[in-house]
Amino acid sequence: MSDGLVWHRIQFAFTITYHYLFPQLTMGLALFLVIFKAMAIRKGDESYNETARFWGRIFALNFAMGVVTGIPMEFQFGTNWSRFSKYSGEVVGQALAMEGVFAFFLESTFLGLFLFGERRLGPIRHLAVTIALAAGSWLSGYFIIVSNAFMQHPVGYRLGEDGVLHLESFTAFMLNPWALWQFAHNMMASLVTSSFVVTAVGAYWALLGKHLRHAKMCMTSGVIVGLLSSILVAFPTGDGAGKMVTRHQPVTLAAMEGLFEGGPYAELAIIGQPDVAGRRLQNPIVVPGILSFLAYGSFGSTVHGLNDFPREEWPHNIELLYYSYHIMAGLGTIFILVMGVAAVFLARGRLLAARPLLWILLLAFPFPYIATTAGWWTAELGRQPWVIHGLMRTDQSHSDLVNTGDVVFTLLGFAGMYLLLSMLFVVQVLRQIDRGPVAAH
Amino acid sequence: MDSIWFTIIAGMLAGYAVLDGFDFGVGIIYRIVARTDAERRDALAAIGPVWDGNEVWLIAAGGVLFVAFPKVYATAFSGFYMALNIVLWLLILRGLAIEFRLHQENPLWREFWDTVFSLASASLAIVFGATMGNLIRGVPLKERGLSGMALFTNFLPGRDAGILDWYTCLVGLLTLVALAGHGAFYLAWRTEGAVRDRSLALARPAWMATILLWAAATAATAWIQPSVFSNIASRPWCLGFVGLSIAGAWGVFAFPKRGRDLAAFLSSSAFLFGAVATALAGNYPFWLRSTLDPGLSLTASNSISETQGMKIALVWWSIGMVLVCGYYTYLFRSMRGKVSANSGDGY
Ligand code: HDD
Ligand code: HEM
Ligand code: HEM
Repeated sequence: MSDGLVWHRIQFAFTITYHYLFPQLTMGLALFLVIFKAMAIRKGDESYNETARFWGRIFALNFAMGVVTGIPMEFQFGTNWSRFSKYSGEVVGQALAMEGVFAFFLESTFLGLFLFGERRLGPIRHLAVTIALAAGSWLSGYFIIVSNAFMQHPVGYRLGEDGVLHLESFTAFMLNPWALWQFAHNMMASLVTSSFVVTAVGAYWALLGKHLRHAKMCMTSGVIVGLLSSILVAFPTGDGAGKMVTRHQPVTLAAMEGLFEGGPYAELAIIGQPDVAGRRLQNPIVVPGILSFLAYGSFGSTVHGLNDFPREEWPHNIELLYYSYHIMAGLGTIFILVMGVAAVFLARGRLLAARPLLWILLLAFPFPYIATTAGWWTAELGRQPWVIHGLMRTDQSHSDLVNTGDVVFTLLGFAGMYLLLSMLFVVQVLRQIDRGPVAAH
Repeated sequence: MDSIWFTIIAGMLAGYAVLDGFDFGVGIIYRIVARTDAERRDALAAIGPVWDGNEVWLIAAGGVLFVAFPKVYATAFSGFYMALNIVLWLLILRGLAIEFRLHQENPLWREFWDTVFSLASASLAIVFGATMGNLIRGVPLKERGLSGMALFTNFLPGRDAGILDWYTCLVGLLTLVALAGHGAFYLAWRTEGAVRDRSLALARPAWMATILLWAAATAATAWIQPSVFSNIASRPWCLGFVGLSIAGAWGVFAFPKRGRDLAAFLSSSAFLFGAVATALAGNYPFWLRSTLDPGLSLTASNSISETQGMKIALVWWSIGMVLVCGYYTYLFRSMRGKVSANSGDGY
């Protein structure tokens, strides 16, 4: 019997990666909307409102993409992972249902008011609506991360005699330490994405010499938030996420770091290519002791290497996992540098005149998307071969009664549909950026 | 616990039918009642602030089904694999058509998105109706579960029926015209001028067709799944839902004549809520009826999650619903009155 596991996995990985391109911007951008609305009231300057309206339109386009690509995610637990759903629905379902009831209603209602109600609400209530919108989007991030954190590090459950998971402690499930670190790290990453995008649009206008007042607002707030979040995404949150992995998924850590032979004074690989068959890192550049220090806080601590674990517990795709992790962490370092330099120019009031730097800031905006995607791939590939770590293996979790052909067909359908949507979306967004913060129609 | 959660999900689905129902209805009649660009902007401004929130009822109902009846969620969603994926694609097209249309200046693109919006809305209405038909008729559920159901076979509601047969198509068609009438009343209530007049003119034939198809579907149900009727007869409170739809059916003809747009809209809402609630209540305790062996059916009591988890869920669900009612009240109060995209109701 050919069972469609690989197609289910490709379809899920593709649709979730695509979905998350949009919320990572909207969650961060919501905070910028609040900033611009609040500044408009404080300074009594209408151009802040124009900037807020401009980003509101970008937000709305992204939000629509996030919504329509998010609904398939919710459904796919049932359509593609039916055995996983049957096994864990009572527990994982709590977070997913709460996301709908508490977050999505809040977010979508207040987005409607934010977009359509500015004239009717007046400035103060419109600001309050913007804050509610931001709260809704951050809340939805939390609930989805709680479900994911349960899969990474299951807590608060009990395995029943009926062979499925039951909820044992609601608070333990909702306050999973893994979820707290993951949420903090992920939200900071989301702020990185949004501040790079806001800065890039400001840089674009500045380079063109258009809308200079608005360009300055975007760049000032973008660089300040960007520097703070770039630092926070690495420390303490990235570090904290890494410590969770060290403690609860040691084999994943070894694979992420490309560490085959463990021991004390474990070295951190800066560059190198994992050769899984040969169980070694090719052409490595390593710094001894650092990995032990990062993982456990002292250079002499013992870090387990892949060789310490049986082969069938290794993640399936160690190469991709290793590269994903290094791309994320490497880009993270570069982000701090770029935003740090920009902040120096900003502090001296020379940012808008520094054309080479403006070019760099303009061209930098795709990289946070790459880092974030790489980060999620690290988390998800690292969890393999488990769908729920230690409890359920991925190859026991997919819908075994669905025809493989149907899955191939829907995968192609999603691929075609999303390709088309990407093109339409990009055209729309570029047109909005060119039109700028002038009054719409 | 099982009956409480069945009721909750049934209520959320009936609420979804009323709320997103009018968005679909506006979509179905959109190209007919709104002809110029300004009229179409008004029609979209009428649903613009609410359609996304309305769609969340579907997402939230799905989430609640996932936690309360994981077996039903898993079996139904993987069993209707192809049909559900088509629903997803249609929902994607509808949502983006609304959003992209608002930003378009090129008349050809507008024309394109307007048509996509209408076709996707109409198809979704039919598919959702047919889904309801499947729940009442039953599906070929085996010991192992439901293997990928065919979209259609010989169009007969027998043992090896597909998702579409004449019965489920009939329910789909009923849904299409009922939602068209519902959307027409929503537009009449929220807009003025030509859009309102045309909507009202269209509502009357739509509702006449609805009543005829409703009668036909009721008769067909009596023939295909008579137990629905004995269930309703044995649970007198179900008659409340029947009464609600009958009162609504009266209102959709009585109020428009007196120019009471809101009352007409509320009547069509009552009709839809009553009809969906009657169907689900009549089907209780069945979620998925097996046409092969009644013993294999998934019912509320044999698929409910454990009590402790569901008690906790009941607490947060209740809090959540109070909040949601608050948001909706605030939204509709803030956006009350006739909309007009030109005076700042667009964005
Ligand atoms: C702008 C994006 C970005 C940047 C610069 C970084 N990360 Fe990250 N990282 C993410 C975006 C991200 C993410 C996409 O948001 C992930 C995926 C899962 C999650 O919660 O966050 C993630 C996951 C993730 C994980 C995996 C957690 C798991 O397995 O569940 C670790 C160990 C780190 N990160 C560590 C780091 C470190 C040490 C960084 C140092 C610079 C870093 N990240 C920069
Ligand atoms: C947006 C960020 C996410 C990305 C980019 C992502 C990416 C991926 C990838 C690449 C896979 C395939 C792994 C493999 O098969 O080797 C996967 C699998 C999966 N992920 Fe995620 N994921 C994300 C978030 C989530 C969340 C929040 C959840 C749960 C709530 C989740 C649940 C799953 C499930 C159920 C699978 C399938 C089983 C498996 O292959 O392990 N994912 N994801
Ligand atoms: C398997 C994982 C996921 C599922 C099932 C899922 C589900 C959904 C659904 C159904 C929507 C539409 C909501 C609406 O109508 O308003 C949505 C949008 C959204 N999702 Fe996801 N999602 C997943 C992954 C993620 C992740 C990893 C995040 C972030 C941490 C996230 C954050 C959001 C946000 C903020 C929105 C609002 C729309 C937007 O702002 O673009 N989702 N998601």
